[in-house]
Amino acid sequence: MSEHYDVAIIGAGMSGLSAGIRAAHFGKKAIILEQHNAPGGLNSFYAKEGRKYDVGLHAMTNYVPAKERRAIFNKLLRQLRIDRAELDLIEQKSSRIAFPGVNLRFGNEEALLESEVERVFPGQIDGFVRLSKAIRDYPDVDLNQPYRSTREWIKGFVSDPLLEEMIFCPLMYYGSAVEDDMDVGQFVIMFRSIFHEGLARPAEGIRLLIRVVLDRYRKLGGIRKMKTGVKRLVAEGGKISRIELDNGTEVSADVVLSCAGLPETYALVDSSLVSDQSEQAGKLSFSETIAVYKSLPETWGWGDDTIVFFNNAERFAYRNPSDPIDLRSGVICLPNNFEFGDRPLKEGLVRVTCLANHDTWCGYSAEAYEAAKADWFGRIQKSILPMMPVPTRDYSSELVATDMFTPKTVKKFTRRARGAIYGTPDKVKDGRTSWDNLFLCGTDQGYLGIVGSMLSGVVMANEHVLKG
Amino acid sequence: MTKDECKQVVLDIIAEIAPDEDLSDVKGDVALREQLDLDSMDFLDIVMELRKQHSIEVPEADYVQLASLDSCAEYLTPKFNALV
Repeated sequence: MSEHYDVAIIGAGMSGLSAGIRAAHFGKKAIILEQHNAPGGLNSFYAKEGRKYDVGLHAMTNYVPAKERRAIFNKLLRQLRIDRAELDLIEQKSSRIAFPGVNLRFGNEEALLESEVERVFPGQIDGFVRLSKAIRDYPDVDLNQPYRSTREWIKGFVSDPLLEEMIFCPLMYYGSAVEDDMDVGQFVIMFRSIFHEGLARPAEGIRLLIRVVLDRYRKLGGIRKMKTGVKRLVAEGGKISRIELDNGTEVSADVVLSCAGLPETYALVDSSLVSDQSEQAGKLSFSETIAVYKSLPETWGWGDDTIVFFNNAERFAYRNPSDPIDLRSGVICLPNNFEFGDRPLKEGLVRVTCLANHDTWCGYSAEAYEAAKADWFGRIQKSILPMMPVPTRDYSSELVATDMFTPKTVKKFTRRARGAIYGTPDKVKDGRTSWDNLFLCGTDQGYLGIVGSMLSGVVMANEHVLKG
Repeated sequence: MTKDECKQVVLDIIAEIAPDEDLSDVKGDVALREQLDLDSMDFLDIVMELRKQHSIEVPEADYVQLASLDSCAEYLTPKFNALV
C-alpha cells in the first residue's frame, strides 16, 4: 500500500516550499519530494573547499518598505505568515545598466532611474514616464492572458532603440524565457519588481531565506523527503494515480503540484512526449563565474555598484549564442555592495552571469570541458573590465578561490531541459496540464525570480489545492 | 453566538492574516476592502481560516457576503449557531 496525501509537491525549491506552507497551514496533508540533499532548487547553496556559496540568488527583487502593504512582497509574506524581520533584508546600494558609452543608474528609490533617463535621453523622458505609468496601471496578472510581444507594445512609449534595449537588458536577464522579447505581462511584472520596487538580499544570503521557509513548512507538520527523486507519474483515466519514486517506493495524492518544469513534468508521465530538442524546452541557458577575493571590491574602487547589467555590442542580443559563452552582455553581481553597514561579508565576491550555449557545453568530453571552463573563466573576468570603474590597484593576486557553472551544471542539478533556468517560453499561467489533478508550479507557471516563484507556489496552492 | 461576537471572530482572523493593520476603528457598514489593505488573496484566507478554526464552510459563490463586517455577521452568525 502506498501512502496517500492531499497534495504531493515535486521539488523543494522556493515555489514548492511556498505551496507546501499554504497547504499545510490549512490542514492539508502535504509531502514535498526533492531529488537533492539541499532544498532551494534553482536558488540554492553549496560548500566547496570549506567555503559557502550561493547559487541563483543575486538579489531578491520586489523589495519595498514594510509599510507598503499592497505591494506583492508584503502580500506574499502575509500569505505565508512569515515575519519580515526574520529575513534580515538589506537593500542594494545602487545598480547600473551599462551600454557602450552610456550608463543608467537605478536604485530602490524609483526617482533615480527617471532622473537618469532624463539626463541621458532628454527627448524620451515623457514617453518613459508614460510607460512607467502604464505599467503601474496595468491590470494585475490574469491567469488566462495569452502571450503578447513587448517589442510592439513598448514602441508606443519609447522611440529611441538604445533606450528600449537598455530597459530590456535587466528585465530579460532577470526573467525572460523568450529570445529577444518578452510577454507584456511578464515585462510588466519585471519592470515593477526591479524598477518600481527594488533589490535587497537576506544579510546571510539565500540560506537564511530557505531556512525560514523550510522551518515554517516543518512547524506546520509538512512532510519532506529529500534525496527522493520522482521516477514516473503514472497516469490512469486522465489523472495521476501514483507517483513512482527513484527509491522504488510510491506515493499517491489527490493533487500533484510539479515544480519540475513543463517539458520535464510531461516527461515524468511519458518520456516520449518531450526531449531536449522539443519546442517546449527553453532555449536560454547561462554560465556563471564566481571569483572570491581576500579583500572587498570597494578597496579597489568597485564599491558603488550592486548589480551591473551590461552590453558592449552594437545591438543587445538576448538569445542562445553561437559561441560557448556570449561575452557581449551579462550581469555582474557584487554581493558585498548591499548596505551591510557594520557587518560586511568577510571576503570579496565578483559573480558574472552570461548567456551560454547548452549543446556546446554538454557536447564536450570531460577533458575538453575542464579546459573550456578554465579558458572562459579568464575571458569573462577580462570582458567585464571595460564596464567597471578603472581599478585603483591591482587586485589579481588576492584571488583565493573560483568556481564556475555552465549549462551542463544547470542540467545536471536541476534536470531542466537544455539547462534553461527560465524554463519554457510558453508559460502555463493557470498551471493546468493534460491531467486533471496535475498542475505546474514555479518557473513554467510563469512567475520568475525568488519572489515570483514563491508567489507561484502560493497562487497554485490557493487555486488548485485550497479552493478545489 | 451574537452578531457582535461573530464580528469579533472575523476581526480576530483578519488580525492574524494582516498583523500590521489597525483594526481599532473598523466600521461595520463599510466594505472591508475600502478600510483595510485586503485583496482577494486575503479574502480567501478569511474563508480558509473560518473553515480551519471554526469548521464553517463558505462556498465561492457566497464570498460576496463577506464584504463588510455587518454582512459577515448577517451571513455567518446563523452558520455558527447551526454548529452547536
